[in-house]
Amino acid sequence: MWTFILRRAAQSVLVIFGVTLITFLALQMGGDPTYLYVSERASTEEIERTRATLGFDRPLHVQYLSFVGGLLQGDIGRSLTYRTSALEVVLERFPATIELTIFAMLIALSSAIPLGILAARARGTSLDGSIMAFAMLGQSIPNFWLGLMLILFVGLGLGWLPISGHVPVLGPLFRGEFGVAWTNFPRAIPYLLMPAFTISLFSMSRNARLVRSSMLEVLGQDYVRTARSKGVSEYTVTMSHALRNALMPVVTMIGLEFGFLLSGVVVVETVFSWPGVGRLVFNAINQRDIPLVQAAVIVFSMIFVVLNLIVDVVYARLDPRVRLA
Amino acid sequence: MSDATNDATVGRRSKESRDWRDGLLRAWRSMLRARWPLFAVSVLLLLVVMSIFGPDLAPKDPNRQNILSRLQPPMVADASGAIEYPLGTDGLGRDLLSRLIYGARISLLVGLTAVLIGGTLGTTLGMMAGYFGGRVDDVIMRLADIQLAFPFILLAIMFLVVLGQGVLNLILILGIGQWVTYARIARGQTISQREKEFVEAARALGASTASILMRAILPNILAPLIVIASFNIASVILTEAALSFLGLGVPPTVPTWGGMLAESRDQIIAGRWWLSVFPGVAIMLVVLSFNILGDWLRDLLDPRLRGA
Repeated sequence: MWTFILRRAAQSVLVIFGVTLITFLALQMGGDPTYLYVSERASTEEIERTRATLGFDRPLHVQYLSFVGGLLQGDIGRSLTYRTSALEVVLERFPATIELTIFAMLIALSSAIPLGILAARARGTSLDGSIMAFAMLGQSIPNFWLGLMLILFVGLGLGWLPISGHVPVLGPLFRGEFGVAWTNFPRAIPYLLMPAFTISLFSMSRNARLVRSSMLEVLGQDYVRTARSKGVSEYTVTMSHALRNALMPVVTMIGLEFGFLLSGVVVVETVFSWPGVGRLVFNAINQRDIPLVQAAVIVFSMIFVVLNLIVDVVYARLDPRVRLA
Repeated sequence: MSDATNDATVGRRSKESRDWRDGLLRAWRSMLRARWPLFAVSVLLLLVVMSIFGPDLAPKDPNRQNILSRLQPPMVADASGAIEYPLGTDGLGRDLLSRLIYGARISLLVGLTAVLIGGTLGTTLGMMAGYFGGRVDDVIMRLADIQLAFPFILLAIMFLVVLGQGVLNLILILGIGQWVTYARIARGQTISQREKEFVEAARALGASTASILMRAILPNILAPLIVIASFNIASVILTEAALSFLGLGVPPTVPTWGGMLAESRDQIIAGRWWLSVFPGVAIMLVVLSFNILGDWLRDLLDPRLRGA
């Protein structure tokens, strides 16, 4: 087990190294990055000076090493618009994004699993057909458009839910203000519902299909037949014999799914004016604040890598075949 | 190349063409039986027609502004009873229907070319990884891991911000973003094929590595790749729309569905629904059609993949 964890961790380190390299090179690909930091009317002298101060006159590999060195100390560079550490700006917005992602994940899984089971149990009926048609549609709707439609019809038309706004829960929690987080929690939900549903629909659909097909596969296995022939009720067969194994592919996907939802956030936050990293990135795009975009990319990727590491280890713990492969 | 391989190739060709005819016939029958694929193919044909004949079909110039008829709702008849703007106009008085028709081009162009680039690149690298194994395999698959560690949309945003927007950059980034999917499948399939007798036979006949990969292995691993490509076009079109929505797609002078949705955002509060409903429905129909097509192709080409 430990060799597996070590090998897997070493891989993750390699991947993170690659991520930093690509992010670093991205900045260089747009030409001399010095011009991002000086005004358009800057004199040649001034440009030279800025280049030297920021270290852009050094050879690339030296610049990269100092970039990684800075990274290890939590320094990704300064945001051009906020004039402070880009990492700090990103981390400040992070709780709001995580709230949205976790809520979306809950919606996706808590709907996908029952829908998948239902469709598998009712295989070939019109119920199965409708669930699968819904899932197919859910995978084809652009999430930001779904957001616009919800705003238009549910928010403005019916007036059921607020179309923007945010009550922080995780932010106070991280700062240790548990009382504030607790009282804010119920008030936060109405604001979370539409954006979270918007982000979750694709995952919900994909996972409903995944649960259905793996359920169908498991239901055809010998041990399920054995359980049935012992006279176990259909409910018990489905819920305890089949479901546990059918959920395995879903469990392996959870890490990826979280990362996927996280990237959906970038676009959807813009639609709902959600004060998270996504809207931050959107604004950074418009202002060409490349260090800020870099910081967001690195933070998101790190989370993604660490999550996948955790999921793999948990999976290896559950299924010995994985760690021996 | 020796005569023996030439003969073998000729023999296989004629059998292949017969297989193709059978395959097409089977595909046609299955399409007539199932209603959804027929619907999907009709939508996609319409998309192709709109892309090719856009300028002839569009009733107006998609960029012509008309301040006098700004923000007109759909199906409003003017004084003479004629409907000038069937789908209404946007904030600059441009005809929504014409913009929708022109927008089809970008979606199809970006979707097809990006998938072609990603598919070719990924299949080549994946086959190499699977065939050679060892070092080559390690390097290629580690690269794949690194790319998968990025949430793709952020990676695309980063490069588009740095490199600047434009159709070519968009296509390249979306294309390169897709290679991993193909590489993984091509690699797995190649590993399962490389020890088969016909590959051994080609090797024994002295065929070059390139020829073994292209002529012996590729035809046998193509089916799952085609299925993936169909789903992939759908997801590329979705991503393109999202990037255009963020203002990172093609320049604003070219009408795109994602860009139209971005412009519609400010009009939502005022209840101008037509500006956001029509482009979104267009994206949804096209993506849905490629997804349905992918499902159907999967069942047709490789029933074992069903539900995968």
